[in-house]
Amino acid sequence: MKNYLNFESDIKNLEVEIEKLKDPYNQDGLSEIDTKKISQSQEEIDRKLKEIYSNLDPWQITLVARHEDRPKAKFFIDNLFDDFIPLSGDRFYGEDEAVLTGFAKFNEKSVLVIGQEKGDNLETRIERNFGMMRPEGYRKTIRLMKLANKFNIPIISFIDTPGAYPGVGAEERGQAEAIAKSIECCMSLSVPTFAIVIGEGGSGGAIALASSNKVIMLENSIYSVISPEGCATILWRDSKRTLDAAKAMKLSSKDLLELKVIDEIIPEPVGGAHRDRDLILKNVRNSIERNLDEFLSMSGEEVLNHRKDKFLTIGRSKGFVNQSDSLNALSIKKNNINTFLQNFFRSKINLRISIGVIILLGCLIFFL
Amino acid sequence: MNWILKKISNSKFGNNINKFIAKKFPSKLEQANSKYISCHGMPTDKESLKKNNMVCPECNFHHYISPTSRYNMWFGQNNWLEIKSAEPPSDPYRWEDTKKYIDRLKDAKKTTGQANAILSCEARINNIDVVMSAVDFKFIGGSISMAEGENVLTAVQKAIDKNVPYIFVSASGGMRMMTNILSLMQMTRMTIAINELKAAGLFFGVVVTSPTTGGTAASIVSLSDICVGESGATYAFAGRRIVQAQTPSELPENFQTVEYARNKSGQIDLVLDRKDIYPTLGKILSILLKKNSAIKTVENETTENNKTLTEAS
Ligand SMILES: [Zn+2]
Repeated sequence: MKNYLNFESDIKNLEVEIEKLKDPYNQDGLSEIDTKKISQSQEEIDRKLKEIYSNLDPWQITLVARHEDRPKAKFFIDNLFDDFIPLSGDRFYGEDEAVLTGFAKFNEKSVLVIGQEKGDNLETRIERNFGMMRPEGYRKTIRLMKLANKFNIPIISFIDTPGAYPGVGAEERGQAEAIAKSIECCMSLSVPTFAIVIGEGGSGGAIALASSNKVIMLENSIYSVISPEGCATILWRDSKRTLDAAKAMKLSSKDLLELKVIDEIIPEPVGGAHRDRDLILKNVRNSIERNLDEFLSMSGEEVLNHRKDKFLTIGRSKGFVNQSDSLNALSIKKNNINTFLQNFFRSKINLRISIGVIILLGCLIFFL
Repeated sequence: MNWILKKISNSKFGNNINKFIAKKFPSKLEQANSKYISCHGMPTDKESLKKNNMVCPECNFHHYISPTSRYNMWFGQNNWLEIKSAEPPSDPYRWEDTKKYIDRLKDAKKTTGQANAILSCEARINNIDVVMSAVDFKFIGGSISMAEGENVLTAVQKAIDKNVPYIFVSASGGMRMMTNILSLMQMTRMTIAINELKAAGLFFGVVVTSPTTGGTAASIVSLSDICVGESGATYAFAGRRIVQAQTPSELPENFQTVEYARNKSGQIDLVLDRKDIYPTLGKILSILLKKNSAIKTVENETTENNKTLTEAS
């Protein structure tokens, strides 16, 4: 039984109809399969899906990003990598099943794979804590990221979490510290790191692992500091105004690419990633291949500086400053033209000379 | 983001209560103009509180103080120099909920007198040069957005340039929602700054004041070399209400206070009353940097002089 979102009711009706047509013996009065009608209905579905999915509003995108049938981290890990060896535990307290971590091969190359896993059915969802990591989860990934760094192995993280787990135990064991140390670790690695947001990028729980060289999003995924429901409740004081909140929040992949917070969007099949799993696998595989190649010739120092520079530049664009000129620069470099103008007019001689030149030019034009 | 969760209490249910008791309680403006403030269930004289750095002499409750007041209390009014930072575009989202974000910003600037939620300065603690940043909770809940991140970056750069310790006094609800993802990015950006500070071999101290929650707790605040909590301060990742929703039983007493963080979760080195923070930081710095305080240096010199004198004789 497929799950449908509320704006997909037309699709649901058509697909139910097709199922009936394909199974004529259960129907009264029909004795053979009406292939013509099936293909007509299929065309109708494709057309409708295209229509709906090319005009999704940000709240509908949020629902697609959280879709129960959407491929989860485990699906990508199982199908994109060879010899995946799952590794457990933080060596302090315990294991966290909300995050899968292990070494594997991707096209014969060694990689570390991290995946926030929400689970596919009720049982696994509870087992995975709905993809909400606890401190031991972050401490496990820190431990293994450092190990990957030691052996110069690139890191690929699949991000899919509503947020870090807000429980008593998590607070007691230092959830805040675990996230902070995870970001600190991410920003010290000299191996290339890639984060692919496959569903929900939930706030601190996501950025703890998405402080990477490349942040990539599937077309219908979201990435945000709070959920639209939370934002609506707090700022609109009305939990039902999720559409208003989602619109204002600019949480879609398209918005985030425009804000230069992410680097790439992986296109999804029409109707969402779950409608064509082979196609989404192919697209994700292509992206990983391309990105791994891009960093192949870079030294460890260059990789680290690339990552630092990327984050230091965020938010400084658009009339603020074009680019930080040097690597490792924390403070903002002034716009070159501004600096030139400032220095130029600082000396009074320059100012007088330029006024003189302007007057002279004026006279010349006047007399000629 | 959790300062905001507190505001959930102002949702429908809260509104009804507010309506019911509206007549009995004074408005915000009336409270601000009143000579009294409510503490330990009693009206308490504001003037006497101010003389005591807003710590209640009766019950030791630490009322909020602004970064400016704290700097004046620590260093004296003219003994600290503000570090100004560049202002990134403030409202790229053109955000509007029940109110326009630019109006909220204007109000915050007016009431606090600050350009953004963080005030940074150069000063001296116990005769040791330091760079400091402190968060103003009255500036949109001390939430961190681009300008705040940039301020921290500028201050840390200053500390690295001057080769001096950096101290961060937090009071923040987390990352600001009205600049959503660009706020969230400040967690990573501030972390880069602290990494650079540590790579330069410099000391990073944090003072947790009330309340410190959300992304601020989960980034810069948790990366300290030594972390001091101010008595009774709230210190948490997720808001109490959210945690309670996940928990069938009553939350422990003192849950998510600095005392709890010190005794139970081991996240805080020591908890101090407001008046003791400055002298203790001075002691910590002089021990770690192996620098004697002003008076002791003079003493040492005289003893040395005496020695040479006795040797000469
Ligand atoms: Zn009191």
